[in-house]
Amino acid sequence: MWNLLEFKDNTAVVTEDGETFSYARLSEETEALAAVIPARCLVFNLCSNTVGSLIGYVSFINHGIVPLMLDEHIDRELLDIFLTLYKPDYLWLPSEKTAKFEGESVYASNGYTLLKRADEHVYPLYEELALLLTTSGSTGSPKFVRQSYKNIKANTRSIVEYLEIDETERAITTLPMNYTYGLSIINTHLAAGATLLITRKTLMQREFWDFFTQQKATSFGGVPYTYEMLDKLMFFRRKLPDLRTMTQAGGKILPELHKKFAEYAGREGKRFVVMYGQAEATARMAYLPAAKALEKCGAMGIAIPGGKFDLIDADGGRITTPETVGELVYTGDNVTLGYAVCGEDLAKGDERGGVLQTGDMAKFDADGYFYIVGRKKRFLKIFGNRVNLDETERLIKAHYPDFECACAGVDDAMKIFVTDETKIKEVQTFVAEKTHLNFTAFHVKYLPEIPKNDAGKTLYAELNDK
Amino acid sequence: MTNEEKYTNAFCQAFDIDADTAKGLKFQAIDAWDSVGHMGLVAQIEEAFDIMLEPDDIVDLNSYEKGKEILAKYNVEFA
Repeated sequence: MWNLLEFKDNTAVVTEDGETFSYARLSEETEALAAVIPARCLVFNLCSNTVGSLIGYVSFINHGIVPLMLDEHIDRELLDIFLTLYKPDYLWLPSEKTAKFEGESVYASNGYTLLKRADEHVYPLYEELALLLTTSGSTGSPKFVRQSYKNIKANTRSIVEYLEIDETERAITTLPMNYTYGLSIINTHLAAGATLLITRKTLMQREFWDFFTQQKATSFGGVPYTYEMLDKLMFFRRKLPDLRTMTQAGGKILPELHKKFAEYAGREGKRFVVMYGQAEATARMAYLPAAKALEKCGAMGIAIPGGKFDLIDADGGRITTPETVGELVYTGDNVTLGYAVCGEDLAKGDERGGVLQTGDMAKFDADGYFYIVGRKKRFLKIFGNRVNLDETERLIKAHYPDFECACAGVDDAMKIFVTDETKIKEVQTFVAEKTHLNFTAFHVKYLPEIPKNDAGKTLYAELNDK
Repeated sequence: MTNEEKYTNAFCQAFDIDADTAKGLKFQAIDAWDSVGHMGLVAQIEEAFDIMLEPDDIVDLNSYEKGKEILAKYNVEFA
């Protein structure tokens, strides 16, 4: 995937402690790790924004070893379900966590340890399968997106091209590595010979900003909520002369904020790039060129190089008239193979043939710029993470079979209705723990009865008014 | 309510915890105090004392104790 030695003297990584890794050193580290793992093995990478986690990812992808990427803080019960379902050969995890898992420690470097599990090649892996990613957020669903080497290469090439990423870029991490958007930043910068400034600190910490300025970060990415936080931090008052590019994805940013950041970028000679994507399309499907950021405020842009959009109406016909809403369908080499919900699925080939029904409802304007106007499927984006409402309901019902529940709401604010008044707090804590998202996003309310139609289907439209 | 109580209450409200847990708490010591929770805490403190925290103070507020020091700058005194 990456020819690290092509840039051997460049700096690949600067850690939050200030340690630097040249591409040559990154190459050595990744080769050493790969040497102890046979090819076409499945490895769970418990990710953190650290160099150890990165070395694992790069090593696996470069050597035909398939990583399944999870947050290092994943709920243990969920992780155990995934371990049972997928039976990985190895775990690559922070060394301090090894005692909590069965397996033999066979290699360690930079704070991470490789644990050999008892399982060996339990499930065959499709030859093109490169990587397994969650569809972001986790509601207990064992569903992973199957990405191929071709997918990652194609998407990386497109992004490097439209964002004009070169060797001089220094991207600071603001998103997790197990999240498709965070991973795409890593993929593209390593492909360009650029530098990654890797930190676990959040933008709500002074250490983050000290690292940002000391290491002269040139770009960062953020989900809509990131930009709300930056706004609260009066980001516009900060002196960041080295900053060149801010990208945004992971949900639709409020038009007011879009405008504010586009204006700031215009004023300061920086670029603000709104983008659109899904893990099912590797990462990216569209971007709004920085020069159009203000003029096309509220738009998510045009298809990335090598990609194409179609809008399909309710009858399956292709929409050719501007300002007409239809389902957004994307075609491109970055459309992933399909999903896996169990170990057997890892042998599956390409189920999509390069065409992805996004599930998003969109329209385009007279100039061909696309706008997301709604969703076909029942999910919310919570702090950039896709959380499926039906899956959340199932999760709650499975754990609390004695009362009914229904989920609705808007992005960053899920409403959960329960028919047991005494469980309000407990349900909120439960969902926050399972999804590993801040509890304030979940508003649990009591309803004596969940409104349903005669067929017993929940009337969600009624719930949204409650 | 004393300032101490108001301040502690801001933590309790923001993170859904009791006063004992609030005292001595540090950033990321509990799941609720992540960057999202931090926004909520800042809002609670600002509302409780009718102030607007400076960005530098927002990113310095990394513990229960540190917050008290910061509030002194806004003429919020703790006995």
